[in-house]
Amino acid sequence: MTDLSTNSTLETTQPGEAQFGDYFALLKPRVMTLVVFTALVGLLAAPVPVHPFIGFCAILFIAVGGGASGALNMWWDADIDQVMKRTAKRPIPAGRVEPGEALGLGLALSAFSCVFLGLATNWLAGGLLAFTIFFYVVIYTMWLKRSTPQNIVIGGAAGAFPPMIGWAAATGSVGIEAVLMFCLTFMWTPPHFWALALFMRSDYDDAGVPMLTVTHGRRSTRVHILVYTVLLAALAIGTGFTSIGGPVYLAVAVVLNGLFLKGAWEIFRRDEDASEADNFKTEKAFFKLSLLYLFAHFGAILLEAGLARFGLGGWA
Amino acid sequence: MSISKQHDLHKRRFGRNVGVGLLLVSFIVIVFGMTMVKVTGGDISGALQGDRGVQDGG
Repeated sequence: MTDLSTNSTLETTQPGEAQFGDYFALLKPRVMTLVVFTALVGLLAAPVPVHPFIGFCAILFIAVGGGASGALNMWWDADIDQVMKRTAKRPIPAGRVEPGEALGLGLALSAFSCVFLGLATNWLAGGLLAFTIFFYVVIYTMWLKRSTPQNIVIGGAAGAFPPMIGWAAATGSVGIEAVLMFCLTFMWTPPHFWALALFMRSDYDDAGVPMLTVTHGRRSTRVHILVYTVLLAALAIGTGFTSIGGPVYLAVAVVLNGLFLKGAWEIFRRDEDASEADNFKTEKAFFKLSLLYLFAHFGAILLEAGLARFGLGGWA
Repeated sequence: MSISKQHDLHKRRFGRNVGVGLLLVSFIVIVFGMTMVKVTGGDISGALQGDRGVQDGG
């Protein structure tokens, strides 16, 4: 019988071999927090009560599906991740996980999450999750990301689906409220990522990813940020007058969109010399604000839904 | 040499194996929980009481 200690393959396993945390890192846990939160809001804002355990399972499976698409993204993008400073320490470019392992993990978790979400809730939610994974991996990662500067705009749809899936998990349908939550995230994504691209300047250039900053120049990117922020502000404040809005949401939206517009205007007015002089202070502040922006808007939708249970939320 | 001898590989992969074990246990708990909720229509305690009533001849 072969002893483990005499097995040369195992004997020579690298000291830096993958730990459990490396496989978890493949699932992009930070992105997962956004997926979990927005899906939870979609689920809880729906006017149909869901059993707490089924609700927990639904959010878990949506999170696993989001993680699976992250693993598949890392598998496909390992070459450019190696070049970019921000992503060079990810498990595959760092050599801790084999690309094939990430592919296997991503495919297995994709199938698992969609089937179990379908079983736990309904097949519309399961199907939407499957479409989201397909959209993120095939449409965004494999196709758009390396071929068009509109990659972020169209690819942003993948990140906008979770609240819609949460809503579908609860109701079994896709209502106008779910579409509004989708649109909110969809319109928020471009200014959020373009601000990042402005101060992570060499990363996308080095990797040859056709970000707007690379293909149309940094001046054009600043204009795009302002235009998208104006459109987003109109949508976000308008949502305040719909069935998922209310006084609390509207107050949050007015304050945050005012700050967001101010940030976008400042980015628009600045030139490269001014940005480099203060190490992109305004762009970094805008990026941080964008994170708060999305969490606060969805938090306000959740609060309105919670108040509605006591007859207080919304405009009724 | 016995296969049960502690090898460096066992130490290196301990965390990974514990993680996989916990995941499998979690999976069982989730499937069991989902089954209970689906079968009982969400009223697990009511279903258990009803079951006891049948056993008592009620």
